[in-house]
Order: sequence, then structure tokens, then C-alpha cells
Amino acid sequence: MNVRLYIWQRATAALMLPLVLGHLAVIFYATRQNLTAADILGRTHDSMLWAAYYGLFVAAASIHASIGVRNVLAEWSPLTDRLAGFAAIALGLLLAALGFHAVVALVLT
Amino acid sequence: MTGAALARRGSALWIAALIHRLSGLALAIFLPVHFFVLGLSFHGGAKLDSFLRWTDQPLVKFAEGGLVFLLTVHLLGGLRVLLIENLPWHDGQKQLATLAAAVSAVVAVIFLVRMF
Repeated sequence: MNVRLYIWQRATAALMLPLVLGHLAVIFYATRQNLTAADILGRTHDSMLWAAYYGLFVAAASIHASIGVRNVLAEWSPLTDRLAGFAAIALGLLLAALGFHAVVALVLT
Repeated sequence: MTGAALARRGSALWIAALIHRLSGLALAIFLPVHFFVLGLSFHGGAKLDSFLRWTDQPLVKFAEGGLVFLLTVHLLGGLRVLLIENLPWHDGQKQLATLAAAVSAVVAVIFLVRMF
């Protein structure tokens, strides 16, 4: 892993520490309340706070996961560094696209 | 692989690093599915509701407990890595790694107890 990727990996990890703790709290709350889709959408709809929180989370998770998977592929698979990099970029783009779509679906529609 | 590296295989910290890597890999595989499901609400909540009803099955609840464990163990494993890299070294790394696994298991069990 080069220095730039290392810094991105650690920076997104540090950024996600409080976000994951908050997400765990949301998971526990949502399962406790046995929420329906209408309950969830009623809480998230038009909330810029939820959009910012989960938008940031999606961005950080997409970068963090793709760099992590790149490292695993480079070390554990027969793929070359270059191919591992391409696979990681593809995963990052997929996560970002699906993640931002989910944020839009939950908050803005 | 060097002799020193081979000797570390199977040690508590080697297992901690392996769990951190495998939990991250599992979360990376789960995330696209998670995002896709949440995106089902794009055209209203009906599809999301039918999925939420599907998750009421006991086996799915156990799987969700497993995901909570993976997320917590990856969070605490990552925190351990950040602390090791950014603060002065101190003893007790094996105990910290064991504590991280134990806390993750407790969080997952609490989650499951609340689900059932």
C-alpha cells in the first residue's frame, strides 16, 4: 500500500469511528422500536442532518472499503497490483452509487 | 515468509489482525446489499416494508446479530490499530485484542436478546 492510500485508509477510519458508534445506536433504536418503512421514512424524510450524516458515512465507507479490499486482493489473490487497483476502484464506485442512491431514497424522495 | 513472521502465526495478535481483515472483507461484501435494500424505498416504502417483514425470520435475525458483531469487532480492531500507530507503545496488546472480541460478542448478544 502506498503512502497516499495508507493516509486515506487511516483518515477514513478515524472519521468513521464516531459515525459507526452513532450507526450502532441507530440500529439498536430501530430494532427496539420495530420500525416499519413508513416510520423510518417519516423520521428521515427531508432531514438534511440525516442526509449529511449518512452522505459522509457512505463517502468514507466507500473509500475505506475499496482500499481495504485492494490490500486483501493484492496480498491474498493472484491478481497483480494493477488489477487489484481496478477491482477496488470498481467496488468503491459501486458502493458510492448504491450508497448515495440509498441516502436520496431515504431522505430526499 | 521469514521465520519470525511464521512464528507469529497463531498468536493472539495475529488472530486479531486476521479477524480485523476478515470482518472488513465480510462488511465490504455486505454493504452493497445493505445499500441496495435501503434504496428500495426510492419509490415509496412498500418494497422496503416487505423486505423488513422478511427480516422477521429467526435465521435472518441471527445473521443480523452476526453483522452487529462484525461491525463492532471491526470498529474496535480499527481503533486498536489507530491507537498503536499514533500513541506510544504500551503493553497489554493481547488483553486489549481479547477485550475487543469480548465486547463485540456482548454487544451482539445484547442485540439478539432485544430482537427476540
